[in-house]
Amino acid sequence: MESYETQKSTWRTKVGLAEMLKGGVIMDVVTPEQAIIAEEAGAVAVMALERVPADIRVHGGVARMSDPKMIREIMQAVTIPVMAKARIGHFVEAQILESLGVDFVDESEVLTPADEQHHINKHAFKVPFVCGCRDLGEALRRIGEGAAMIRTKGEAGTGNVVEAVRHMRAVMSGIRRLQSMSPDELMVAAKEMQAPYDLVVEVHQTGKLPVPNFSAGGIATPADAALMRQLGAEAIFVGSGIFKSSDPKKRAHAIVSACTYYDRPEILAEVSMELGEPMNSIDIRQLDEKQLMAMRGW
Amino acid sequence: MAEEKGLVIGVLALQGDFAVHQKMLAGLGVETILVRSPKEVAAVDALIIPGGESTTIGKLMRRFGLDEAIYQRVTEERMPLYGTCAGLILMAKEIEGSDQLRLGVLDVTVARNAFGRQVESFEANIALPELGEPPVRGVFIRAPYVTKAAESVQALGRFEEKIVAVRQGHLLGTAFHPELTDDTRVHAFFAALARESRNRS
Repeated sequence: MESYETQKSTWRTKVGLAEMLKGGVIMDVVTPEQAIIAEEAGAVAVMALERVPADIRVHGGVARMSDPKMIREIMQAVTIPVMAKARIGHFVEAQILESLGVDFVDESEVLTPADEQHHINKHAFKVPFVCGCRDLGEALRRIGEGAAMIRTKGEAGTGNVVEAVRHMRAVMSGIRRLQSMSPDELMVAAKEMQAPYDLVVEVHQTGKLPVPNFSAGGIATPADAALMRQLGAEAIFVGSGIFKSSDPKKRAHAIVSACTYYDRPEILAEVSMELGEPMNSIDIRQLDEKQLMAMRGW
Repeated sequence: MAEEKGLVIGVLALQGDFAVHQKMLAGLGVETILVRSPKEVAAVDALIIPGGESTTIGKLMRRFGLDEAIYQRVTEERMPLYGTCAGLILMAKEIEGSDQLRLGVLDVTVARNAFGRQVESFEANIALPELGEPPVRGVFIRAPYVTKAAESVQALGRFEEKIVAVRQGHLLGTAFHPELTDDTRVHAFFAALARESRNRS
């Protein structure tokens, strides 16, 4: 039965906003000027933060929610949705971001976790949340907590797409595995994946995640964006990849086009021409396990 | 359904929730294609512009020559066009406080994000007399509404006095997203309009 009342911030309006972002590129920005460049290039949303992941890596220490004043200035500078990051488990940072009126909160492993056991109970908020995952079980745990959008984590701030690929392949093959199971096997699957049983059943029946499935962490080129789209990502987050490159405007344009025409190599070739230098990139194998952001959250 | 044979409705697939529109039309037995090029615009009888970010869709339309292709078919051949949310914004003649790209085919002025930011997004029942009872469940996500409409524009539905659904001949626009519900009536209405237009030409 449909309700006959007017209702704000329903599950459908939360997941609905994620639906509206599909096929698009969400760009990290640290100033209103960068936000305007992102919007002009065709970004579907911006992620407002003080430091992009590449700089968080260099800076070290504890990375926290950004200055609300800076987030508000970015909200005033653009008409597209503005997202902002809260630390894993830091529900007060999320409350502050909600009160600012941001359009999505990213409970993000890019910041230093505030709680090593519990993620935020996202059902308790009016604002929708996006959370990272490395595999299907982690995705379904976050959705169980109320995430309206999932993004595979990748390894932020590296300019290296290898982890994003690993995580997206893990999610997609996890989905295919559940789909092919007999209903009798789903409870054990839920137990092994440590995922809510009802969501495991839903994925078994529909063959897809219950919420939009985006990709993040290491995307630096139009070809990277198209690769993630072809692997099953419904939209792309680009963190350091744009404003840490030599020609952010041109690269932003190119990645937006690549996300739409991800299966048209001739267009990808065209937009990949003369983009200048990509961001400084890191071979993941050179990083200590302690330096891996994707290991944060569980 | 023999009368459906041959009717093809395109869904503009540059960015946004085009896949749910396509699914809804498929459920009605209508053949659909996803449209990303001027050539594909030429291949359809009618077109839906989905929800999404109007600035993003507008820029991609311009970059890849779809704005002109759609504009020509809508104005010269009276191709039926339906826009939801961002789609309505892109169809409008005027957008309050914005010079962003639009097709400008529908004689209305719209205000963007007119109900507020995402935390103000809502669902409400919208009476659409053209579709009969019951009202549709309108899902409004950072939604626009129509602030001014020419006399030739019919206001099909309102929310608290604000115009949220319009028709001007072969053009249909809603500020909300029927494609996010299970109610197929708005899409069936557009498909009927598209079929009528096709049979006439």
